[in-house]
Amino acid sequence: MVADLVFYLFAAVTVAAALGVITSRNQVHSVLFLILAFFTTAGLFVLLKAEFLAALLVIVYMGAVAVLFLFVVMMLDVDFESLRAGVKEHLPMGLFVGAVILAEFAFILSGVHVDEAVQTNAANIPNTQLIGQVLYTKYLFPFEIASLVLLVALIGAVVLTLRKRKDAKRQHIPSQIARTRDEAVELVKVAPGQGA
Amino acid sequence: MSLHHFLILSAILFTIGIVGIFLNRRNMIIILMSIELLLLAVNINFVAFSHYLGDISGQILTFFVMTVAAAEAAIGLAILVAFFRNRSTIDVEEIDSLKG
Repeated sequence: MVADLVFYLFAAVTVAAALGVITSRNQVHSVLFLILAFFTTAGLFVLLKAEFLAALLVIVYMGAVAVLFLFVVMMLDVDFESLRAGVKEHLPMGLFVGAVILAEFAFILSGVHVDEAVQTNAANIPNTQLIGQVLYTKYLFPFEIASLVLLVALIGAVVLTLRKRKDAKRQHIPSQIARTRDEAVELVKVAPGQGA
Repeated sequence: MSLHHFLILSAILFTIGIVGIFLNRRNMIIILMSIELLLLAVNINFVAFSHYLGDISGQILTFFVMTVAAAEAAIGLAILVAFFRNRSTIDVEEIDSLKG
């Protein structure tokens, strides 16, 4: 089956990219691996007939989130080598925890049996239309809350990074309004021929 | 290509994300990227179940997870930039001003 081959290819690339994210020495490479992981996951979503979410993943994650990461990595002048100092000593602990979690997953997955024959999209409605029909009716209230979350994140990010620069020249409106004629205008009588 | 294939892939991705947090305990950027990997693994789970159970609700939930992930990335990176301006480092072990 072609779909199987595509799945194994995308899955292998996703796992390799995820490993690249956490192990590469260069931060920019990490972000690029993250973008690759997002992209192959979008391919997997297409395999699962979730075209809308695949497009969303490409637009929102690769277009916005990953580029935001890239901006920050390039903007900050950080000595990344010194941050890798503890990697070797943390490796056994990390691998141990990873093995435990993987074993737990395997234990759970061995017990999962799902009747996969169920497929309700008989009317052949496009995926995006299907999502819209549910999102704007059944999930309308969570949808509004999501917009509120995004608004808070937007304002929060601006407030967190805003700083007053002391060397910048700014307009100070109260002092402009409080100006009187006496301190602003001076009348001088100049004799003919004496003016500079 | 069955549900189990996707569940196993998602389990592997989730584990990689957690190991990433353990490995790069000092580097805040990698930790944030590992969190993105964790959320991606969860999303794969949701979409796979949505497809194989024929229920669109899983994809709606993925939609909300993406919203929260975007907000989290924006706020996290803003905190990172603010922290870097004050301390000139992004070492997580340096974030201990509140310890007293």
